[in-house]
Amino acid sequence: MDLSFIKEYTPMYVEAAWLTISIGLVGIALSIIVGLLCSFIQYFKIPIAKRVVAIYIELSRNTPLLVQLFFLYFGLPKLGISISSQGCAIIGLTFLGGSYMAEAFRSGLESVDKAQREAALSIGLTKGGLMRYVILPQALSVSIPALCANVIFLIKETSVFSVVALADLMYVAKDLIGLYYKTDEALLMLVIAYLILLLPISIFAAWLERRLRYAGFGN
Amino acid sequence: MQDLGIRVLFMGNNFERLLLGLWVTIRISLLAVLISLVLGTLLGMLMTVKNPLTKAITKVYLEFIRIMPQLVLLFLAFFGLTKSFGINLSGETAAVLVFTLWGTAEMGDLVRGALISIPKHQYESGAAIGLSKLQIYRYIIIPQTLRRLIPLAINLTTRMIKTTSLVVLIGVVEVLKVAQQIIEANRYTVPDSALWIYGTIFFLYFFACWPISLLAKWLERRWNAA
Amino acid sequence: MQKEKLLEIKNICKDYGNGPILQDVSLDIEKGEVVVVIGPSGCGKSTLLRCINGLEEIQSGEILLDGEVITGEKTKWNEVRQKIGMVFQSYDLFPHMTVLDNVLLGPLKVQKRDKKEAEAEAEELLKRVGLLEKKDAYPRQLSGGQKQRVAIVRALIMKPEIMLFDEVTAALDPEMVREVLDVMLELAKSGSTMMIVTHEMQFAQAVADRVVFLDSGKILEEGLPETFFTQPKTDRARRFLNTFVFHKQKEKGGEKAL
Repeated sequence: MDLSFIKEYTPMYVEAAWLTISIGLVGIALSIIVGLLCSFIQYFKIPIAKRVVAIYIELSRNTPLLVQLFFLYFGLPKLGISISSQGCAIIGLTFLGGSYMAEAFRSGLESVDKAQREAALSIGLTKGGLMRYVILPQALSVSIPALCANVIFLIKETSVFSVVALADLMYVAKDLIGLYYKTDEALLMLVIAYLILLLPISIFAAWLERRLRYAGFGN
Repeated sequence: MQDLGIRVLFMGNNFERLLLGLWVTIRISLLAVLISLVLGTLLGMLMTVKNPLTKAITKVYLEFIRIMPQLVLLFLAFFGLTKSFGINLSGETAAVLVFTLWGTAEMGDLVRGALISIPKHQYESGAAIGLSKLQIYRYIIIPQTLRRLIPLAINLTTRMIKTTSLVVLIGVVEVLKVAQQIIEANRYTVPDSALWIYGTIFFLYFFACWPISLLAKWLERRWNAA
Repeated sequence: MQKEKLLEIKNICKDYGNGPILQDVSLDIEKGEVVVVIGPSGCGKSTLLRCINGLEEIQSGEILLDGEVITGEKTKWNEVRQKIGMVFQSYDLFPHMTVLDNVLLGPLKVQKRDKKEAEAEAEELLKRVGLLEKKDAYPRQLSGGQKQRVAIVRALIMKPEIMLFDEVTAALDPEMVREVLDVMLELAKSGSTMMIVTHEMQFAQAVADRVVFLDSGKILEEGLPETFFTQPKTDRARRFLNTFVFHKQKEKGGEKAL
């Protein structure tokens, strides 16, 4: 194990990790927005839009991100649509994540007792007030474990971003292996980098899920 | 008439080559899933054993495998094993190894979840009508566990097929690699072939995974309603 | 004494598509009056309440509140519902809010009342139903009877002109029924206009100014509780009332006969 090598190249990993985090966070935030939108459309059974959402969800959930990225990055420019590496990564991650988030929110919304709706309407709440004060707070707390699982899943999925020429962690590791044959060191740093990224989220998610499952409201 | 890039699909045996490429990843997934079903069932049962040592070991295994991106695991197997232990794995073997390890962890967790989800009173009411321990498992516990498990295991297969697309990144010649070759070969004659080829692969994957997802959903609805 | 019509139900019909639920039902309710609706399960009495509150649409006929049609196309239900309080069989408190927040949701978010003033009234009402000390509890920490009393307060604080009660004690353990009925009796005494669907016959007799007997979606009989419960006019009502009476099966000291 060559410690000076590790020391020398740690900054490269840090930089790559930042790239993963920043693109990952943007993608996850957009996934949540797309997911919320899709779940509302399905919950309120909005005609036509609900069909579009259903098709989108099936397409997104039954294809690999890698193939989605190849299409975006290498295929679309032939139509004259050229998107930057970052753009492709964000669009790809959102296309994938949106459907996973939609499922998480939809199951949350469906878990809210139908009678809650009538109780809220009967004190004069409008549809908007009903969603905001009664349905969403309950649905979101049910959705949170699935949402956390999706966040971890999506960050893991960012590991394929090197195929759209982004200098992410995998890219750096492969580069170092190819250039210097420091395979052990490069791989060790890779594993540590992902542990640092994912372990805290995973532990937090497990804690949150336990709390939600055993506590609920008012215990 | 405009020259359509889609014709590249029907030149020579290109489409057949793509399908064969897809079969490479599907073959890896199926092999990994089959082994994972067996090992995962054992792992899941092992995880319900109340022994602190097995608990700790299985937990570390499970957490490490599940938290690492599958691509990192592939790199570890493909580059790491070669370098550290002098074991020279082909890309495909490394892939089967990694996806089996991953599948076993996922399956183990599903089996454990299904086993502990059977309420205690199911065992008790079985005993109350005089069934033997073996009969309780044979007629009450295992059928219920399977009903919970089978849809989830089928879903694992689609996840596996999607994830095995990564093997192109450790040099396995599969559908994406074949695609690159076809695009390269037709660079001048069909300049926009990438659009059509990658679009085709997108739908190839879709039509490989979608029916399996539908089956899982159908089974889940059927058995949960009962 | 002057009679002032508060609610007028005129010839309403309701059909889910597989047979009529309400057939040509007409009923007027005066201000301050307590009307109890009874009848066998599935006779349409809950549907009748739900139609008044716009939770179900009617196919024909109309409903007027304060002389204004509320079953028209352009009804702003969220405004009408503020004048019609409703309490459900399954309480349906909002599980993610404390008792006080449950009660305050309407006044603060719908009526946009001053928080201090609304809070004071909420506490006053909770005190009246004996639940002031539970104001910071969550619904799941309450018994069924307590939940139902909170649900009543949640409806009352909107200062509705009429309160609808839909089998509010049907899901309760027997020993908790009383505490809820007592609250309703007190409301009736203080002059609230109420429409009550219930299976508690003794309570109905005690609280009602008028009893309406509904069967197969039609009003078969209505009258004063004293006469209805002792001398029902229709055979159907008599048979219905009889289902609540048990006759002794064994003679005293006759156990050994088996």
